[in-house]
Amino acid sequence: MNWAITDSWTLTQRYLAHLARRPARLATVVAFPILMVLIFAYLLGGGMTVPGGGSYREFLMPGMFGMTMAFGLSGTMIAVLDDATKGVTDRFRSLPMAPSAVLTGRVAADLVNAVLALGVLLGCGFAVGWRPHGSLGETLAAFGLLLLLRATLVWAGIYLGLLTTDPSMVTLAQTLEFPFGFLSSAFVATATMPAWLGTVAEWNPLSSTVTAARVLFGNPGSAGESWVSTHPVLMAVLWPLVLLAVFVPLSVRRYGRLGN
Amino acid sequence: MTPQIQAEGLRKRYGAAYALDGFDLSVPAGTLHGLLGPNGAGKTTAVRILSTLLRHDDGVARVAGFDVATEPAKVRAAIGLVGQQTAVDELLSGRQNLVLFGRLHHLGRREATRRADDLLVRFDLADTGSKPVSAYSGGMRRRLDLAASLLAAPRVLFLDEPTTGLDPRSRIEVWRAVRSLVADGTTVLLTTQYLEEADRLADRISLVEHGRVIAEGSPAELKGSLGTTRIELVLTDPDVVGAAAALLARVTGAEPVTDELRVSAPSPDEVSVLTDVVREVAAAELAVADVALRRPTLDEVFLQLTGTEVAR
Repeated sequence: MNWAITDSWTLTQRYLAHLARRPARLATVVAFPILMVLIFAYLLGGGMTVPGGGSYREFLMPGMFGMTMAFGLSGTMIAVLDDATKGVTDRFRSLPMAPSAVLTGRVAADLVNAVLALGVLLGCGFAVGWRPHGSLGETLAAFGLLLLLRATLVWAGIYLGLLTTDPSMVTLAQTLEFPFGFLSSAFVATATMPAWLGTVAEWNPLSSTVTAARVLFGNPGSAGESWVSTHPVLMAVLWPLVLLAVFVPLSVRRYGRLGN
Repeated sequence: MTPQIQAEGLRKRYGAAYALDGFDLSVPAGTLHGLLGPNGAGKTTAVRILSTLLRHDDGVARVAGFDVATEPAKVRAAIGLVGQQTAVDELLSGRQNLVLFGRLHHLGRREATRRADDLLVRFDLADTGSKPVSAYSGGMRRRLDLAASLLAAPRVLFLDEPTTGLDPRSRIEVWRAVRSLVADGTTVLLTTQYLEEADRLADRISLVEHGRVIAEGSPAELKGSLGTTRIELVLTDPDVVGAAAALLARVTGAEPVTDELRVSAPSPDEVSVLTDVVREVAAAELAVADVALRRPTLDEVFLQLTGTEVAR
C-alpha cells in the first residue's frame, strides 16, 4: 500500500517533468481555453441571451470550466497509448513497482494539469468580468465537482487508451469531445434546443456539473424544469460516481489483462 | 547448481495457433544462453512469459528460483529486461530516465541518482546524460535501455534482440557490455536472429522453431553435429542451383543444403574433394562465383534442422 502511493507520486513527477520539457505543449493547454473564452465572450456572446436574464459571460465561465475538464479524456488516452506503443508500459510491468501506481499516477498527474488549466481560466474569467458570488465553501465545492468530473473522464481515457492500439482512435475521441461538450448546457441554455435534443443535453453529465457550478458560484442560467435540471448538485456527484464505478474496475481489469 | 532460468513444457496459444508449444529451457547461473530462430518462432513470447509480461497457458517456468505465474513480484525484483523495442521515456533526459526507473525499483533518491550516474559513465553516456532522449542516436538509446535494465543489479537479464537495427559499431559496444555482465556473474537469456551474435556470445544455444526448441547445445556442439567441414559452391545463376546440388550430392554422397545461390554439402577435409568438384563443375559448364572448403557455421545447422531458408 505504501509503495502504491510512493510509486504513484514518482510517476506524477515524471509527468511534471514532461510539462517542464515541453513548454509549447503547456502553452497549448493554457492558450486553448483562453481563446475559447475570448471567442465566446466577444465573438459569439453578443448574440446569446441567458434565460432568466443575467450576463452571458457570467453564464459562460462555468461552461468553459466544464468543457476544459472534458478535454482530459483524449489527453489521457494519448498519454496511455504513447506509453504502450513505446514499450514504456511493458518496462513498468517488468518492474517490482505497485501495478496500481501506473494508473493512479496517471490520474494524479492529470489532475495537476487540470488545476493548472482551471487556474488560467480563473484569471481569464476575472479578466472578462466573471465573479463567483457564493461563499468560499460553495466556490471550492464547485471546483471540487469540476475536478471530480475530470477524474472520471481521465479514468475513461485510461480505459479507452488501454483498449486500443490504434492512434486514430485518439483523433476519433478528440472529435467526439466537441459534440459531447456542445450537447450540454455549457454554452447555451438547453431550453433553446429542440425539445428531444434539450433532454439529451440535460442528461449529459457535463450539464449537471456545469449547472451545479453555476448554482454554487451564484451565476445566472436556470437549466430547465426537468428533475435532472433541478437537482444539479446531486447529479454532479452521482454521475461521476456511477461512471467511476464503471471505468475504474474496467481499467484495472484491462491493465491486469495486458499479460493475456 | 539450480538453473536461474527454467521452463518446462511452456505453451501459449493465440486463437488456434500456438506461439509456444512445449518450450523447454534450462540456463545455469552466470552463463549466457542464446535463443536463435526466425521471426515468429516464439522467442519473444518465451521472453515475455519468463519476464512476467505474459501469462502462459500450460507448463512451468521459474526464474531466479521463483515461479513466474505465482510469484511475479519476486521475479520482477530479480530481473532486468531489454525488450525488442527501446523502452525509455523520450521526453526525459538519460539521467532522468535512469533515476525514474531506479525509484520504481524502490531505490532511495540518493541511491538511484548515484547508480544512474555510474551507469551513464559505464555506458559512455555521461556527456549526454542531461540531454533529452529524443536527441539520442539509436545506439545511444539502446545503451540507455540496457543501463535502465541494470539499475537494480539483476541476477537474471533478458535481452530480446538487443542489437537489431544497430550499426556495426554500436552492436560491438552492446556485445562488449553483455560479455562483461556475464563475467560478473549475471545470467543472461538473449534472443537473436543473427547467427553470428549467438555464435560469439552464447555459452549454449537453443534453436527455436514453431514454438519449441529443435536443438540445444554449445555453438561448437551444434556445428559439430554437422561434421567438420563442408564444400560450398557459390553460383551466379539461380536456374542451375538444382544441377549444382545434384553434382555435390554425387561427389560427396551426402545431402546438400541450398541457401539462395549457395549450395553446400558435408565433406571430408581433403583437397581431393575440391579438385573432384572443380572437375565436375567444368564438365557440366556451370557458372560459379566461388568453390571452397569451409568449416561449418550455425547457418547450416539451422538450415539443416529447419529445412527453411534463413533471411539474411
